[in-house]
Amino acid sequence: MSEHPFTLFAIDSLLSEEERAIRDTVRRFCADRIRPHLADWFETARLPARELARELGGLGLLGMHLEGYGCAGTSATAYGLACMELEAADSGLRSLVSVQGSLAMFAIHHFGSEQQKQEWLPRMASGEAIGCFGLTEPDFGSNPAGMRTRAKRDGSDWVLDGSKMWITNGSIADVAVVWVRTDEGIRGFVVPTDTPGFSAPEIHRKLSLRASVTSELVLAGVRLPESAMLPGAKGLSGPLACLNEARFGIVFGALGAARDCLESALAYTADREVFDKPLAGYQITQTKLADMALELGKGALLALHLGRLKDAGQLRAEQVSLGKLNNVREALAIARECRTLLGANGITLEYPVIRHANNLESVLTYEGTSEVHQLVIGNALTGQAAFRG
Amino acid sequence: MNIVVLVKQVPDTYSERKLADADHTLDRDSADAVLDEINERAVEEALQLQATHGGEVTVVCVGPDRATDAIRKALSMGADKAVHVSDAALHGSDAIATAKVLAKAVGTVEGVDLVLAGNEATDGRVGALPAMVAELLGLPALTHARKVEVDGSTVKVERETDEGVFFLEASLPAVISVNEKINEPRYPSFKGIMAAKKKPVSTLAIGDLGVDAGEVGLGGSWTQVTEAAPKPPRAAGQRVEDEGDGGVKVAEYLVGQKLI
Ligand SMILES: Cc1cc2nc3c(=O)[nH]c(=O)nc-3n(C[C@H](O)[C@H](O)[C@H](O)COP(=O)(O)OP(=O)(O)OC[C@H]3O[C@@H](n4cnc5c(N)ncnc54)[C@H](O)[C@@H]3O)c2cc1C
Repeated sequence: MSEHPFTLFAIDSLLSEEERAIRDTVRRFCADRIRPHLADWFETARLPARELARELGGLGLLGMHLEGYGCAGTSATAYGLACMELEAADSGLRSLVSVQGSLAMFAIHHFGSEQQKQEWLPRMASGEAIGCFGLTEPDFGSNPAGMRTRAKRDGSDWVLDGSKMWITNGSIADVAVVWVRTDEGIRGFVVPTDTPGFSAPEIHRKLSLRASVTSELVLAGVRLPESAMLPGAKGLSGPLACLNEARFGIVFGALGAARDCLESALAYTADREVFDKPLAGYQITQTKLADMALELGKGALLALHLGRLKDAGQLRAEQVSLGKLNNVREALAIARECRTLLGANGITLEYPVIRHANNLESVLTYEGTSEVHQLVIGNALTGQAAFRG
Repeated sequence: MNIVVLVKQVPDTYSERKLADADHTLDRDSADAVLDEINERAVEEALQLQATHGGEVTVVCVGPDRATDAIRKALSMGADKAVHVSDAALHGSDAIATAKVLAKAVGTVEGVDLVLAGNEATDGRVGALPAMVAELLGLPALTHARKVEVDGSTVKVERETDEGVFFLEASLPAVISVNEKINEPRYPSFKGIMAAKKKPVSTLAIGDLGVDAGEVGLGGSWTQVTEAAPKPPRAAGQRVEDEGDGGVKVAEYLVGQKLI
């Protein structure tokens, strides 16, 4: 008799019937429609994003925790659980959904005008329109306040110039939420990607998140009417609020990747015989498996705790940092440890482990690097901001 | 058009399935329970028919309390309401006893034009239940359907068996059982999952249906499982050494088995 790490922790006992139903639906969708193709998508660095977006939209995954405008309106915890299942398939798939729902749609839903919401949200929820979110620039990642991309008034219009870097979904997007410097501080714009002057060349030669589109956004004299500006977001707090939403999904998502690795390692070590007995029967193996199961289960408890806080409207940004720092760091450690258990097989795409490990390197960096989250937590603990110097 | 879909909760085919030692009934705790996949197809067919012809889709289920999970699944796919017959007296009911209860339960739904079911459950694999229900309701039975078309008050069905494909027609109301090829069931959408909580489920005991405890359960069933044994493990194959006459030896073996 072998037991799943999550049953050992009785994780299901913490979930409602509805949450389990949503999780099971996403799990089955991934098993039927996604998993059979992942190794190919990763190897060829291509994925049928448009088709996927429509299927994901059909389920209700896009912007699922937002209210109205065609969104499903689930709890935040249910959103987290869906992210866990998506990322158990691949971090790239979860990235597509995070960027669409928690960054682009959330920005419009939270800070947009009624006209912007009506125009974009229903089409984004159904997956007919894809969105991206441009904050990072080539020279400004962890410190977006330094951004150089700017918007200048020209009569009643705005003209945007500059570039954004590492933008998920950039080349396939119909709409880009772009953050820029203006005379009034940092502001956001809703940019239809067919606006003259906008282009989004794809970034190639990645060895991580290969089943995800990453792009540069080039804004060369992009002219937009006043109505393209997000009226509700003034200053850096706007984009940071969006990032907090997406990070929350990652707190759950990263554990999905780790869980998938651990499931692979458990199955592999049960079958693989070394020195005349199954690898799972050795103490060194069991020490590894036990420690990994422990971190995975602890991470899930933390994620669910944060989920309940968020659903109660009490979750603070520093608490999201706790979750992102711990769960991504531990997920990557689990993926690497599982890799050792699979030996040479562990470096191939026949098993999901190295794919997850490579993907998690990106997850460790985006949405606030581990170091930045350490500084956020350090600031909360000491009252002293150490971001500069 | 009002459609009733008969659904059953079964042990997940991926998990290990067992019979209880005491009475050889299904050990329901030993395995994860799910909505039978063939029933998902029956629900899907009902929803597709509803999309064209309107009306209501009602799910009818006979099963223990925890079969509510299977009912919710059908409701989250889009069915409108459910009737759940749950009664301790039903424990151990065979196909005929279950069919009696189902027929009575279908009778509680108003204005039924069509009853849909899977052709065979993945657990018991009796495969006779839809015909039994049709008999009890006095309705035509069109089983093993791979295609269903409704035109006014008639229904046309392509019935597929090992013998071939038959083109059947009946007037409504009728009972139809569907096979694996009928359609690909949809995934429940999140909106569907959330709406399912609020959809009406009427839970009935056999007394509510006018069924006597003596007609159902282990005691009231005409058939009983008297013994159960696991399948013997597959015997090792027979090895044929090919000394130039391998083909002949294989042919001889097949002739010996009366396979050619
Ligand atoms: C695959 C992928 C997809 C992405 N998608 C998007 C997207 O859709 N939209 C978007 O806007 N961005 C996106 N990003 C960008 C991502 O958010 C940034 O890469 C991230 O914020 C880090 O910025 P940087 O790469 O410039 O690293 P830097 O900020 O240059 O950091 C380099 C190193 O310095 C450390 N560091 C930085 N500041 C400090 C400090 N004060 N003290 C100590 N150490 C410090 C960092 O932790 C890191 O280890 C994506 C990135 C990747 C890899």
